[in-house]
Amino acid sequence: MQAFWHQVLSGLANGGIYAGLALALVIIYRSTHHVNFAQGEMAMFSTYMAWTMIQAGLPYWIAFLAALVLSFALGVLIERIVVRPVEDKPVLVVVIVFVGLLIIINSIAGWTFGYTPKTFPSPFPEGGWWRGAYLSAHEAGMILVTLVMLACVFAFFRFTPLGLAMRAAAQNPVSSRLVGIRVGRMLALGWGLAAAVGAVAGMLAAPIVYLDPNMMAGILLYGFAGGLMGGIDNPWGAAVGGFLVGVMENLAGAYVVGTELKLSVAFAIIIGVLVVKPSGLFGRRLITRV
Amino acid sequence: MTALLEVESLVARYGPTEVLHGIDLSVAEGGITALLGANGAGKTTTLRAICNLMVETRGEVRFAGARIDGRPTEDIVRLGIAHVPDGRGTFLDLTVEENLRLGAYARRDRDGVAADLARVYGYFPRLKERPHQQAGTLSGGEQQMLAIARALMLRPRLMLLDEPSFGLAPLLVQDIFGILRAINQRERASILLVEQNARMALALADRAYVLETGRIALTGPAAEIAEAESVRRVYLGY
Repeated sequence: MQAFWHQVLSGLANGGIYAGLALALVIIYRSTHHVNFAQGEMAMFSTYMAWTMIQAGLPYWIAFLAALVLSFALGVLIERIVVRPVEDKPVLVVVIVFVGLLIIINSIAGWTFGYTPKTFPSPFPEGGWWRGAYLSAHEAGMILVTLVMLACVFAFFRFTPLGLAMRAAAQNPVSSRLVGIRVGRMLALGWGLAAAVGAVAGMLAAPIVYLDPNMMAGILLYGFAGGLMGGIDNPWGAAVGGFLVGVMENLAGAYVVGTELKLSVAFAIIIGVLVVKPSGLFGRRLITRV
Repeated sequence: MTALLEVESLVARYGPTEVLHGIDLSVAEGGITALLGANGAGKTTTLRAICNLMVETRGEVRFAGARIDGRPTEDIVRLGIAHVPDGRGTFLDLTVEENLRLGAYARRDRDGVAADLARVYGYFPRLKERPHQQAGTLSGGEQQMLAIARALMLRPRLMLLDEPSFGLAPLLVQDIFGILRAINQRERASILLVEQNARMALALADRAYVLETGRIALTGPAAEIAEAESVRRVYLGY
């Protein structure tokens, strides 16, 4: 039983990474109906920025916060320079731009930092946490950091005028303009926010998967799966979906098919969910009256 | 009375299709002007053109004496022009109160918002009963009330209303027109009202324009237009 709970809890820890990435994907999807394939690479690049600052001698948490701020700014810049010009183009054009962005960021990271995996420090002590039974301190810290981040994002959207304006711009751009919201600016802010949220996921993942330009490839898939499962239009559903995928991945790996096939089992379950509930577990179908 | 809004030789097009071929109209400070006409005459486009929304325009639009044509919609809103678009423009996914708060988004004085919520709920008690209901689940009449209430949250100097009677039961239309009259008097908001329901609109307005395929066919005091037998039959259909 202890092993089982260990699998569940460390699944939750990994799931936190997927939840962060899923949330980042959903923030952009809700406002533009595009899936940002470069989200993982943006997170990877943010992690390299944090790594550079840590190498330069900055304390971990200072580097962490600075990486968030830089990622936010980079996200805004990417929206303004790369995404804005193709905003109204056919979806295939947008997809190609996103894939191009993925490859470009990946190459820039490889060219600048090299392809050799690097160790990335964890801010949490080594060894076990709370009698050491179920979770390592880093895994417990991951869950904690993810929950704090989710709470911050939730509070921002729910309780601030700017968060309300961003939600409004995402669902009704024309009406938003008529109440004076600068919709383009909200889209750029959304990209910045998504980049910062993704950066958290990248920095939490790096101590486990090691830092290299391809570190986010698998994680992006899981994040995407989490988002789809929870409901790609619902941030909280996506986050829960991310956690669920993490747990399912671990349990499938430990008890069902072994580590080689655990990805397949996780995806089989996801497809099952989507067949039964196409909008995802928590995807709201909008109720309207005409 | 001085003119709050003046439109001169306004041309509007969607891509290659010209919809307004140069119209002149004005709304007096404190007045209610009705813009009437059949489907497709260009009433909705006129309102959009004034706000520079979704349509290319040429010609002059002056608000309180200053040119506003060509300025971004978001800036025009900040001057105190509240546009209730056709289809009501409700934020369906948000709550009633969130919709209303968004109405005040462009205002600089954030402090007055709570007081204004109470004031606006005063006009629409039906909304006050359900501040946390998802706006998409409101009835059509309630959504129309919400749209007008949202516009009021701006403390507008001018309200552009696009067919507030659309799809509503006659009794409800009377309610809403009564509220519009009260708003015009108490809030000192001038109104440009686009309507297909000519009889109701003419009873409320002090001045009226009749639009026919992109041109002003007729203008005058609302009472005169309502009286003129021939005009009624030809343009207003009753």
